Amino acid sequence: MTAETATRPAPPPRAGARRRARISGGTALGLGSAVLYLSLIVLIPLALVVWRSTDEGLGYFWRAVTTPDAWAALTLTIGASAIVALINLVLGTIIAWVLVRDRFPGKAIVDTLIDLPFALPTIVAGLVLLALYGPESPLGVNLAYSRAGVGLALLFVTLPFVVRTVQPVLIELDKDMEQAAASLGASPFQTFRRIILPNLVPAMLSGTALAFTRAISEFGSTVLISGNLPFKTQVAAVNIFSQIEGDNTTGAAAISTVLLIVALVALVSLDLLQRWGSRRG
Amino acid sequence: MAKYGLRTIAVAYLLFLLVLPVGLIVWRTFGDGLAPFVEALTSPSALHAFRVTLEVSLWAVVANTVFGVGAALLLVRHEFPGKRLLSAFIDLPMAVSPVVVGLALILLYGRFSPVGGQLESWGIQIIFSTPGMVLATVFVALPLVVRAVVPVLEELGDEQEQAAHTLGASRFQTFLRITLPGIRSALAYGVVLCLARSLGEYGAVAVVSGRLVDQTQTLTLFVEERFQNFDQPAAFAAATALALLAVVTLLLTRLLRPKD
Repeated sequence: MTAETATRPAPPPRAGARRRARISGGTALGLGSAVLYLSLIVLIPLALVVWRSTDEGLGYFWRAVTTPDAWAALTLTIGASAIVALINLVLGTIIAWVLVRDRFPGKAIVDTLIDLPFALPTIVAGLVLLALYGPESPLGVNLAYSRAGVGLALLFVTLPFVVRTVQPVLIELDKDMEQAAASLGASPFQTFRRIILPNLVPAMLSGTALAFTRAISEFGSTVLISGNLPFKTQVAAVNIFSQIEGDNTTGAAAISTVLLIVALVALVSLDLLQRWGSRRG
Repeated sequence: MAKYGLRTIAVAYLLFLLVLPVGLIVWRTFGDGLAPFVEALTSPSALHAFRVTLEVSLWAVVANTVFGVGAALLLVRHEFPGKRLLSAFIDLPMAVSPVVVGLALILLYGRFSPVGGQLESWGIQIIFSTPGMVLATVFVALPLVVRAVVPVLEELGDEQEQAAHTLGASRFQTFLRITLPGIRSALAYGVVLCLARSLGEYGAVAVVSGRLVDQTQTLTLFVEERFQNFDQPAAFAAATALALLAVVTLLLTRLLRPKD
């Protein structure tokens, strides 16, 4: 597929407005292969989830979502994810700030460490947190089987999002304006609030939205530390998992559909935010 | 003063969230020397899990690399209606919970679906077997290569490719001699990310594999199963092995990341 489609000499430089180019044979073949591949692996399976969730009627869908344990799992997931996203908003921005504006020995190591949660398998993330904050905690802090433990796991896996979206914006930020503000008598807090913060807000919000979508879909890191107690620490993904194991695929599909919708809403708002940001930019 | 305050907050947060937990596992694993670590990882079950993980990851990386390069070229070098939609579909897997990925694949390829039933009558089993695990891994790691290659292709421009074409190079030659060397490090970056994601995938594989010990058990499933069966040394050893792989990945991506 690559050899054929990949190397067709590119069309002549687009002149001004994008004209509706006629699709050449190479493009059509490549596009067809890509769409077929995506359909077989991603699109048809996901469409089936949505389809299955409503194939016994909307009433069934609603009942499946509002069974006490599913509802408890969904509200816990969305609530915990919102709190975790907000903590990320504040601490992620602070970390990005420290990484860009501060100097101290070992900063490069700290900077590299930020990506560790992306590289570490989620089940390992859950295990390491349970080792330090579980029943055998050397710190004497036991968060196993508690909602705080779930929050901790979500904080771990979502750490990089806000840091990595805010950091590049801070690097690009011109210091001239801050110096001008300071020389005109603005206090450091005023400079931060009036000059720096407005520039960072779009990046901070998009990082927060990404962290939120990641948190609502999280599974692996919460499995061990949450203990999966229904009504208490069971998150939506774990609820779906236990319904699949119990052969209730329709119920599992209903909760999955809710998660998909929430994630899509978050991502669409993120897209709107980014456009708003670039218009102001 | 504010400077030190912020620095302390940032470093303390990372210390308690990342460094101490990961450090503790490594310390507990190697606390009694290297022998228990090696012993735990060379048990037949652990070795089998290693093999399954490698097999699944390799297939997934190959599939995602071929698709990733092709899709990136399609998105950057070709014009067609619906381009933004295709681009959004490629990013879609990032927004889907791993468990939902597993469910979705079961609904299409499981024994009780028309497609899965038909395949099974031809003797092809997808779910609870390697092909299903490969599909799940491909799904979760799908955007990584594309997103690594697209910006570099855009930056590269197509003058050199056109020049090669004018001088009589075939499409395949142009790809091998011009495009591929140009995107080499970005491609390597994407492949490393994809490999790391594949080796570490847990949720989607847990659903489609059926978690059959010594059959479809990957390394991450091994960690969970050993831990639930109160075999902490084996769980910690495998977790440490995976964590070390993650650190290697981190360092590699640091080296390969396109400088901007």
